[in-house]
Amino acid sequence: MMTRGRHMAREADKAEDIGVTLRRLFDYLRPHSAPLLLAGGLVVLNALFKLASPYLIGEAVDRHIVTGDLTGLHRTMLLLLGAYVGEMLTQTLQFFITIAVGQRVLYTMREQVFHKFQELSLRFFDRSEAGDLMSRLTNDTEAINRTLNAGLAQFVGNIFFLAGVLVAMLFVNWQLALISMIVLPLMFASTFFFSKRVRAASRVSREKLGEVSTELEANISGVRVVQAFGREQETLREFRRVNAANRDANVTAQTINAAFRPTLDIFSTVGVALVLGVGGMMALEGAITVGVIVTFLGYVRRFFQPVRMIGTLYAQVQTAIVAAERIFALLDERTEVEDAPDAAPLPEAEGHIRFEDVTFGYAADEPVLREVSFEAQPGEMIAIVGPTGAGKTTMVNLLMRFYDVDAGRILVDGRDARAIQQESLRAQVGMVLQDTFLFSGTVLDNIRYGKLEATDDEVIAAAETAGADSFIRRLPDGYATELGERGSSLSQGQRQLIAIARAILADPRILILDEATSSVDTRTERVIQAALARLMAGRTSIVIAHRLSTIRNADQVLVLCRGRIIERGTHAELLERGGFYYKLYASQFEGAGESLDGACPPAS
Amino acid sequence: MKSVFRTFRFLKPYLGPALLALLALILSTAGNLVIPALSQRIIDLGVAEQQPRVILIGAGAMVAIALLRAAFAFLEGYLSAKVSEGVAYDLRNVLYEKIQRLSFSYHDSAQTGQLLTRVTSDVDLVQQFLGMAVLQAIGALGLLVGSLVLMFVISPATALVVLGLGPVAVVVFAFFYRIARPLFTEGQKRLEALNVTLQENLAGVRVVRAFVRRAFETERFAARNTAVMELQLKVGRILATAIPLIFLIANLSTLSVTWVGGIQVIEARMTIGELVAFTNYILMAIFPIFLLSFLMASIAQAAAGAQRIFEVLDARIDIVECPDARPLPDIQGRVTFEGVGFRYFESQPWILQDVSFEAQPGQKIALLGATGSGKSSLTNLIPRFYDPTEGRVLIDGIDVRDVKLDALRQQVGIVLQETLLFAGTIRENIAFGRPEATLEEIIAAAQAAQAHDFITEFPEGYDTPVAERGTSLSGGQKQRIAIARALLVDPRILILDDATSAVDFQTELKLRRALEVLMEGRTSFIIAQRVSTARDADQILVIDEGRIAARGVHEALMEEIAIYAELYYTQLEGAEETRENVLLYDAALSEEVAQ
Repeated sequence: MMTRGRHMAREADKAEDIGVTLRRLFDYLRPHSAPLLLAGGLVVLNALFKLASPYLIGEAVDRHIVTGDLTGLHRTMLLLLGAYVGEMLTQTLQFFITIAVGQRVLYTMREQVFHKFQELSLRFFDRSEAGDLMSRLTNDTEAINRTLNAGLAQFVGNIFFLAGVLVAMLFVNWQLALISMIVLPLMFASTFFFSKRVRAASRVSREKLGEVSTELEANISGVRVVQAFGREQETLREFRRVNAANRDANVTAQTINAAFRPTLDIFSTVGVALVLGVGGMMALEGAITVGVIVTFLGYVRRFFQPVRMIGTLYAQVQTAIVAAERIFALLDERTEVEDAPDAAPLPEAEGHIRFEDVTFGYAADEPVLREVSFEAQPGEMIAIVGPTGAGKTTMVNLLMRFYDVDAGRILVDGRDARAIQQESLRAQVGMVLQDTFLFSGTVLDNIRYGKLEATDDEVIAAAETAGADSFIRRLPDGYATELGERGSSLSQGQRQLIAIARAILADPRILILDEATSSVDTRTERVIQAALARLMAGRTSIVIAHRLSTIRNADQVLVLCRGRIIERGTHAELLERGGFYYKLYASQFEGAGESLDGACPPAS
Repeated sequence: MKSVFRTFRFLKPYLGPALLALLALILSTAGNLVIPALSQRIIDLGVAEQQPRVILIGAGAMVAIALLRAAFAFLEGYLSAKVSEGVAYDLRNVLYEKIQRLSFSYHDSAQTGQLLTRVTSDVDLVQQFLGMAVLQAIGALGLLVGSLVLMFVISPATALVVLGLGPVAVVVFAFFYRIARPLFTEGQKRLEALNVTLQENLAGVRVVRAFVRRAFETERFAARNTAVMELQLKVGRILATAIPLIFLIANLSTLSVTWVGGIQVIEARMTIGELVAFTNYILMAIFPIFLLSFLMASIAQAAAGAQRIFEVLDARIDIVECPDARPLPDIQGRVTFEGVGFRYFESQPWILQDVSFEAQPGQKIALLGATGSGKSSLTNLIPRFYDPTEGRVLIDGIDVRDVKLDALRQQVGIVLQETLLFAGTIRENIAFGRPEATLEEIIAAAQAAQAHDFITEFPEGYDTPVAERGTSLSGGQKQRIAIARALLVDPRILILDDATSAVDFQTELKLRRALEVLMEGRTSFIIAQRVSTARDADQILVIDEGRIAARGVHEALMEEIAIYAELYYTQLEGAEETRENVLLYDAALSEEVAQ
């Protein structure tokens, strides 16, 4: 999807693209237009207050201090106090409004992105990087947030203020104004000159920092291997290299920055010198008063701030536009598996499953399943065997309707799966996958995930049936034990038992099982086997089987190779036939511990 | 706070540039202070007393000073960047080296993420403090004192009035800082919670879909989303109040100067030029106060960062070389455990107890037992990843604690269950233990490990890049690369953690053959999950709860030892079928070999 987004940006007229993005961004602001208008008014007011203060100071000098008018001075100073307080109040209020609006917009965006994640098909997640998706919801919304919160209002406010300063200066004395404005284009030019380079340099240094982190991450998590092979010196050398590259990139970025500020400083001082030099000469000729010079000094000093702000804010707005593009690209992603408009809910299923000539591929021209047909009667157990990559998991994915078939159909209780509401279908199909996914939270929460309204007793009963109760009770806090990141504190076997308990609690009519091939010790393996047997009793089960015992008990064994069912029947029938299954079986050595996988027979 | 001072020693190599930076800073600060004085002269002498020369010279001097000041400011910025980046570079290197050297026992309890944070963000904090904060604080103090002195020179009365605003600024700042800081921490926590929800939702997408938990997940996310928003609003409101208020204080100082100063001018105790200069100085005095308050916060953060850094630097390395450690001569490979006991900490239960055995050179030793019985801990003692708590581990009769670590580990090869490859090419990964190996040697190792064929099938062959932690290779392929890696080092002693899980049958067959090649002529320890792996070992050690429960060869154990027989039978459907299968396996194996 990322590539598609980038592609789009390249092809389409870029300016138009930015226009579309901005318009969509403004759509988010529309519901808040009343407070935003108020904020806009406050921005203008704030700028006016800011403009008033240098003017008032000039007035005080000219009219009161030079002439010795004490009461006038007091009056003007009170006005100045009012202007300062007004500046503060309008600023505070404006911040309050824009922050509130910004946070609400952000909330809505995060919510929409999350919703989208819940709707998108698995095909989308197959080809996306989790890190990239995370970053859209966190970093990209944050970039927009910064702009919405303060950036936009300040951007407008600063431009307005700068314009106001210019007008005020022209109003007070246009000759002096024009002369002191000479520095303005220079300041703008150097701001853009430097900020472009600062941005480029900091992009480089961020990349280098990324390399440092990558190096660190790899070598810290691999520290045992490094030590085992005695490679400390070499990795240290490599680390020093990326570390030095990062240092040099940082120094470059900071050096550019170190040149930037003093350059602006020069221009702003030149502005002051111009006002004093030219203004002073004008005052000597009697063209202007001392107060005008003082006022101008106040104004010129205030050039500096908005010019720099406008430079940084411009960069910020650009980042926000890029971020918004990424978010919108995600929100526009097509949902592939969608409920048909007339899809009906699935009533209490009996558990009859039928595949009719099902053909499917993840990519367009590479079918993974070809014309697969089979039928499972309610309560039957179907074992699927075959080598890695034969299409076993794909069959399961289709039954769950994580993907839609390319040709043929899948019937559940005689109804086409596509005519059934996705969620009502999945609610009746339980799944125990090979690598068990646990959420952070307590053991109780994790089992309850199978049936949210279950009472604690029901949860414990399910754990007992799964044979998980005894180990759970030995955990430090029993059922209330908090599981770490993805249940990392538990062993693989324990995680599987919890997943089985979860499925038992959900009590589905149809069960999908992916038997584990990973190595757990013998005792745990027996417990898991027994739990699975109890779980399957009385349900239609489809098992991706690796164990002889499972296969022997199956009502039907489907031998899958290169996406086709090449043999089917019971274990005994298949052995008798002496075909591929027999060979597979024969090559399986030493009993139950080994997996029944093999290579497909040559396609003929 | 003490740890902050400890960081100063990292400044030592950069003393020259640091002092130069300080000098440049002092000069540019002086430039700052001179400019208002110049404007005062221009107004008072030039404009008021009608001396055009003063005006022109003053303005020219102002530009000249501005240029000089800019040059010094640039120099200061450049030098302090050099210093602070140099300090960060050194700190990272020292930390990294220490982390690389810390023993396994340290890494058992440390999390990668935590260590990563120390080398990155904690170093940043200290760097900012040393590189910027110290200099800035000196500069700010100079500016504050200088402008105060100049203000008192111009008009003591006015100076006293505005001086009152300083403490107000400090108090206001401290107040907001105190309120906002815990909220920042809390905000970070809530954002993390939001991210965890999202990350789990993405990683567990199949489970979420399978159990139809969309509503539940959405609700959970909404709750955390709301929590984040509410806190951000709170923080936002505080900032929205604080920032304008701080600016108001700065503005009030200008107001009071103009007001009080104006009265003084009217009373002829001050000139207009002085008043103008004064309004400049007051801003110069106020902003250092804000800056210093900020710096105080940065010192607190730097202290926390420094403390975390020194925690790592001060961590004890458990496994140290004796000062008189000798190199290990070419060994024969006899491994002896004498009454070995092991536990991680004194407060923890024994992992191994009273383990004694001897492996003759070239023997194959299988370790059997349930998960957590102590098999891996036992093998970890041989290359000295840990030291035994009791007893001794000997290689060729020499205590492993008496020899040089590098020499010891070079003679012990390990293939771990979870294969870890590094970013780089396949070639670099195989050569990990011997970077100087020639391509011929690497290919030979890969061939022996049954990896050559699949490697040459990649378009780039041995130069194929391995993605971070080997995600682009299948499990079986990674394992074979790891075996080639161990082969290339050609160790006399080999440790294998049953590496043949989760691969299909054909791959397993290939792996087994690769391992058999690898074990030939070396003393080998195999941590076995299955009895089948142990069948043809020269010695089988059955480990139960940290003790050797039984030992011997397969046949003898089957007859004599109940626990072994039980292990064996529970893994089998029946002895008869097994015998049949063993024959078929051997047939399949010879067929494979023939091919």
